[in-house]
Amino acid sequence: MIMADQENKQYIIVHSAKYETTYNKKYLNRKVWEEPNFNMIKSYIPGTIIDILVKEGQVLNGGDSIIVLEAMKMYNDVQMPFKGKIVKINIEKGQKIPKGFVMIEIEPVA
Amino acid sequence: MSLKRSILDLRKRKDEVRLGGGDKAIEKQVAQGKMTARQRILAIVDEGSFHEYDMFVEHVGTDFNMSNKVLAGDGVVIGTGMIYGSPICIYAQDFTVEGGSLGLMHARKITKIMDHALKMRVPLIGINDSGGARIQEGVNSLAGYGEIFFRNTLSSGVIPQISVILGPCAGGAVYSPALTDFVFVVENISKMFITGPAVIKSVLGEDISMEALGGARVHAEITGNAHFFALSEKECFEQIKTLITYIPWNNTVRAKAFPPKEPKTKLKIENIVPADARMPYDIRDIIKSITDGSEFFEIMELFAANIVIGFGRMNGETVGFVANQPLVLAGVLDCDSSDKAARFIRYCNAFNIPIITLEDMPGYLPGVDQEHAGVIRHGAKILYSYSEATVPKITVIIRKAYGGGYIAMNSRHLRADFVFAWPTAEIAVMGPEGAANIVFRKEIAEAADPEAMRQQKIQEYKDKFANPYVAASKGYIDEVIEPQETRKILLHALQISMHKDVPAPAKKHGLPPF
Repeated sequence: MIMADQENKQYIIVHSAKYETTYNKKYLNRKVWEEPNFNMIKSYIPGTIIDILVKEGQVLNGGDSIIVLEAMKMYNDVQMPFKGKIVKINIEKGQKIPKGFVMIEIEPVA
Repeated sequence: MSLKRSILDLRKRKDEVRLGGGDKAIEKQVAQGKMTARQRILAIVDEGSFHEYDMFVEHVGTDFNMSNKVLAGDGVVIGTGMIYGSPICIYAQDFTVEGGSLGLMHARKITKIMDHALKMRVPLIGINDSGGARIQEGVNSLAGYGEIFFRNTLSSGVIPQISVILGPCAGGAVYSPALTDFVFVVENISKMFITGPAVIKSVLGEDISMEALGGARVHAEITGNAHFFALSEKECFEQIKTLITYIPWNNTVRAKAFPPKEPKTKLKIENIVPADARMPYDIRDIIKSITDGSEFFEIMELFAANIVIGFGRMNGETVGFVANQPLVLAGVLDCDSSDKAARFIRYCNAFNIPIITLEDMPGYLPGVDQEHAGVIRHGAKILYSYSEATVPKITVIIRKAYGGGYIAMNSRHLRADFVFAWPTAEIAVMGPEGAANIVFRKEIAEAADPEAMRQQKIQEYKDKFANPYVAASKGYIDEVIEPQETRKILLHALQISMHKDVPAPAKKHGLPPF
């Protein structure tokens, strides 16, 4: 939706009509949507890795515990979302991670 | 003790309290560009009008050696005064006394003046400058906050409540300002957050400064927690005083009327709006060409600037303006602008202020971020607020009034009292470009030259529907007016609506889509 022509004018399109206007900071910094990838186990909260319960190559069932993540003074049990194989582990014990960090990559197993 | 000696003794006692946390602490406060609590109050109220109460209240903490400590006035100043002759109740936390921390008696002083304001039906101003709960007093501090929040809620919509953030305001303390009507912040001085940078760093490892996390600009521009932003305390106090002139003392009366003034002639209303509906202009110029003395007191200027809200006067009486701003994001409605407008509409309704709506918007902002942020529930707040409002509601459609936005912006269907439209108004289900693409999809696709056909169909649609006359033929518009008649007609409509009385079904309260 963001466009700027040679004169550096700003436009916005609503229902096929192009309006000349200016953007505000919040609009420019808005989050662009990405298709979720369920094979990436991301941290849903920032915290510290207390324990990694799996190894690369291991096949687990949905609901099996894979990581203990400490956040907000609580131990969070991170589980397999479905039956799958551990492809890659991107974290170490004791590591502090931000929100949205790809901790473990998996792939589904039939 | 002779009378003279006891008077001297009283003076000495008062002087000691007035010294707050002592010279050293005051020096530190001043070094930060801050005034002391009493200086601030005196700068806001009319000269000689302030009376302070509870000067000799002492704290009741006994744990952690607190019983040995003397805290002047327990770190807060309360009292009553006048602003341009209007009575107000006021409190100011004194950061020089134990960091302005809130203990039981500190809170009790605040709640005392809050109760007084509600009983006397006069505005309450709270100046926040505090490190937060007084840890040594434990759960008594928390109880104090709770008592304040309860009174904020009880007073909400009865008396105007104003919060001024002139220092830190962290943790639970931020919820009192959040519950009040208007929040004032000052650059480099105001800091508001639930969790401070130190905790964020230790728990989450994220590094951020206080200013970047919860400084004045952040709250005025990003969060929408603040309504007025100033560069100095002095400017902030002028803003507060101006606001007080626009609002009534309480919800049973009208705001004070001023002598009527004509708008300044240099703003020629018909020269402001470009004929092409896709070109921008500053809607505030339209407001200023309508209001008394071309004065407009804007609220939340930096937040969601795609909608403009604020007060002006018409024939001396306060009016609230809600106006789409084509200059920013084409004036679209989105989550933030809906929140901003809806709350202001409810404020005007609670305090008997008529609302004038100026409409020029192409619809809702498209985007996944908007949909996922809940634009449905946010946008619904505007519909709810306008529908619920029983104060006089007048709309002027300047150019675009498309689709759901047309309905939302105080349309006839939400019980607008008067709907006027300029001859440039386009009231339609959507803009000609979008409508032509849908209605004539087949013709365009099958044409030898689809683009030429598209342009032809857009023009056809424009000629037929991009005007105010279709809506006027159904009575949805009361009158199509010439731009230069706008003020005159609005003054007449306001005069006619003066004693508006509409019954609403009895209920405990509605359920607005928060």
